[in-house]
Amino acid sequence: MNRANEVRLWAVMRLTSMVLAFAVLVHLITMIVVIRNGLSAEEILARTRGSVAWLVFYSVFVVVAAIHGSIGLRNIVREHTAWRGNSLTIAAAVFCVLSLWLGLRAVQGLFA
Amino acid sequence: MTATLTVAVWKGDADGGFVEHDVPQRANQTVLDVVSHIQRELDPALSYRFACRVGMCGSCAMRVNGVSRWTCRTHVDKVARDGRLTIQPLANLPIVKDLVTDMAPFFDKWERAEGPFVPSETRPADDDFAVVEPAGKQRSWADAAQECIGCGVCYSSCDVVSWNPEYLGPAALNRAWVQMNDERDGGRPARLRAVSGDAGCHACHSQQSCTLRCPMELDPASSIAGLKRLSFKAALRGKL
Repeated sequence: MNRANEVRLWAVMRLTSMVLAFAVLVHLITMIVVIRNGLSAEEILARTRGSVAWLVFYSVFVVVAAIHGSIGLRNIVREHTAWRGNSLTIAAAVFCVLSLWLGLRAVQGLFA
Repeated sequence: MTATLTVAVWKGDADGGFVEHDVPQRANQTVLDVVSHIQRELDPALSYRFACRVGMCGSCAMRVNGVSRWTCRTHVDKVARDGRLTIQPLANLPIVKDLVTDMAPFFDKWERAEGPFVPSETRPADDDFAVVEPAGKQRSWADAAQECIGCGVCYSSCDVVSWNPEYLGPAALNRAWVQMNDERDGGRPARLRAVSGDAGCHACHSQQSCTLRCPMELDPASSIAGLKRLSFKAALRGKL
């Protein structure tokens, strides 16, 4: 990958981390609030089913987490192993797609 | 009776080991004094480097009790633990012998980071000096970063250098940042390309060991952050 694209990946990672900081905060606060009366699937689904706001929030969360995580994983592998080049970039992209698929399926389960 | 320091000094190359010496403790003694005492009185074959003894030349850096320091300005009573000192060559560089490291990889990276000044014009006909506004923003950034003495303490303290041997390291990137802020310099676009990417400023984790350990109290971590900003702006404009 050329130098300009590497810098773009770096920038995307920084931008997604800003979104993640907000999303993780909302997610954690929600978790703490909703488990005060015990945790049940019914209660969670009652809140999220049909809610476009939660659909949008968790969809964005999944997308930025998948992008951020796959770029970060690629960086960690390059720093700690000898694996470089296109095969690593493709592997990171596959990881991104897998995370997106699993994550968005879960979001769909919450919404519908 | 004078107090005695127990000093473990590295002997040999990378496969070497520590040799212990007893050294008399004195008032205002520096770690370089201790090493010189060992070389003059106890082990004449001990190799080490020093020149100015007053924190200007940057040649006496070693690891003292695991921490990279300039030994000429490091007082024993600040760093000895229970009367013990462990003295090793700098990390992340090949050991030539004992406390002497091969600094070539360190300075080669200054070259790779396009550290040298690139003139943008020949001397004007009226033979005047180029005027750089002293209060200018770029001039003040360059001022803050340019007093590096090339001792290698930051390079030895950097975890990223130890993980990624291609990484240019804090000193070379700090030098590049100085030149990126020199408005007379004509090599800035090429330099920015040289310091961007996996071996350049983007490999930095901002752990700031360089800034913590720099004996000149420079801030290479902020210089590297500055390079990231410049590089990002250039990439956005498609000029990287």
